[in-house]
Amino acid sequence: MNLTTLVFILLSVMAIGSAIMMISSKSPVHSVLWLIVVFFAISGHYILLNAQFLAIVNIIVYAGAIMVLFLFVVMLMNLNAETEPVKNYRLQLVGVITGGALLLVLVSAVMKIDVEQLVEMKVGDQGLIKVLGMNLFKNYVLPFEISSVLFLSAMIGAVVIGKKGETANQ
Amino acid sequence: MLLAIDLGLVIEKLILIVVVISASLVIAMYTTFAERKVAAILQDRRGPNRAGPFGLLQPLADGLKLFFKEEIIPDFSNKFLFILGPALAMLTAMMTSAIIPWGDKVELFGREISLQITDVNVGILYVFGVVSLGVYGIMIGSWASNNKFSLMGGLRAASQIISYELAMGISIIALLMVTGTLSLKEMVVQQQAGYWNIVKQPLGFLIFLICAFAECNRTPFDLPEAENELIGGYHTEYSSMKLGFFLFAEYINMFVSSVIMATLFFGGYDIPFFNEATLSPNIAAILGIVALMAKVVFFIFLFMWVRWTIPRFRYDQLMHLGWRILIPLALFNMLATGASILYFH
Repeated sequence: MNLTTLVFILLSVMAIGSAIMMISSKSPVHSVLWLIVVFFAISGHYILLNAQFLAIVNIIVYAGAIMVLFLFVVMLMNLNAETEPVKNYRLQLVGVITGGALLLVLVSAVMKIDVEQLVEMKVGDQGLIKVLGMNLFKNYVLPFEISSVLFLSAMIGAVVIGKKGETANQ
Repeated sequence: MLLAIDLGLVIEKLILIVVVISASLVIAMYTTFAERKVAAILQDRRGPNRAGPFGLLQPLADGLKLFFKEEIIPDFSNKFLFILGPALAMLTAMMTSAIIPWGDKVELFGREISLQITDVNVGILYVFGVVSLGVYGIMIGSWASNNKFSLMGGLRAASQIISYELAMGISIIALLMVTGTLSLKEMVVQQQAGYWNIVKQPLGFLIFLICAFAECNRTPFDLPEAENELIGGYHTEYSSMKLGFFLFAEYINMFVSSVIMATLFFGGYDIPFFNEATLSPNIAAILGIVALMAKVVFFIFLFMWVRWTIPRFRYDQLMHLGWRILIPLALFNMLATGASILYFH
């Protein structure tokens, strides 16, 4: 067992453990905090694969911006274990079925992995910012531009929906 | 072999980390003293002058006072999160110092030692990531206090930092387009050879400076702790050294953002109008550190000067400045930079 494997095991335990804590903790604020720990563990995995750009962007966007907004909303609504509504059995059943379907897809994807084609740890330069930029702006420039148009339209849509309520009030 | 690592490198980096962190702490300590002195001068007072010669021992006395104060943890708060808040604030304040190039290489005992803890590939993005995490200390601490004034302070801090992060990021993008590198070390080397980046990015620097004030929660952006409406904002319920940590983290943040501004826009450890290559490397490195510190002291003074000159913004003014003025300005700056790069190539 070398150092990389050891770090990998540590990070995996951290990721899975905090993911379980996220689901099982009663307080929404604690759930959000555990989710942030999960993101850090995943960023650690990216660094292990030498995908530094992906790792840091994961932290900036998810841990640094989206989770701050989550925390913001959860704190504002003042949710806690006492006010948490108890879901009825039908809803719980629906949750189990959808979650199980997702698990099925994931497991079948994992089963199909070609073990010979694993990503080489520490040596690959695919995740470095230069290689990534070259790939994005040369080989995949059309999908990149299309997805940015999609993001723009989503942003405009959000603004329009936000404005709608405002004019209705006046 | 479990740990196949060069032991000399580990010791070298360990010493560097200890030196950098203790230096930041001492500098932050004396920044609190400097702040009181600067405030006194600007308000035509004498400032602290009782403890030691010229009051130089005042920061130690302040620290001792904080340590000996009674520690109060509110009854209904979550104890772990209550302690985690100030700890996180301190941690994120210190983390940025890892990638700052403090000087050029020095030669000691036949080894070439780089005065930078690590030169990661993503460089400036790391700084940006740590800055975006900085808000958690305040938010967690304010929520765990279980006090509406604290919560208001925490929410203000979160919305303010998110709003100003955007403009800051866009101004950094314009800078990256000019330098073509993310590494802080390479940026300094470029500026040593050519002009300082302030010449190429004056508007970008102005936006970055304003956002740095907002990210540090300094006046005129200190709404999270506005004492006349929120008592103490996010640290209302804190006492003893945990309060000290929150206050101290602000000064460390100030120091670190001064270093970042000096490195990004003012040549880092570059000595103006002077070719360092004519000196022996060790002397050049030491002079470089002195030059960097001189720039940093100027920026820290600027932080204080603004604090004791400009009154605090109202909340709507803050949001207006962030979203309606700074972000369009930063976007325009990025567009103009792109256009000029296209034109000159």
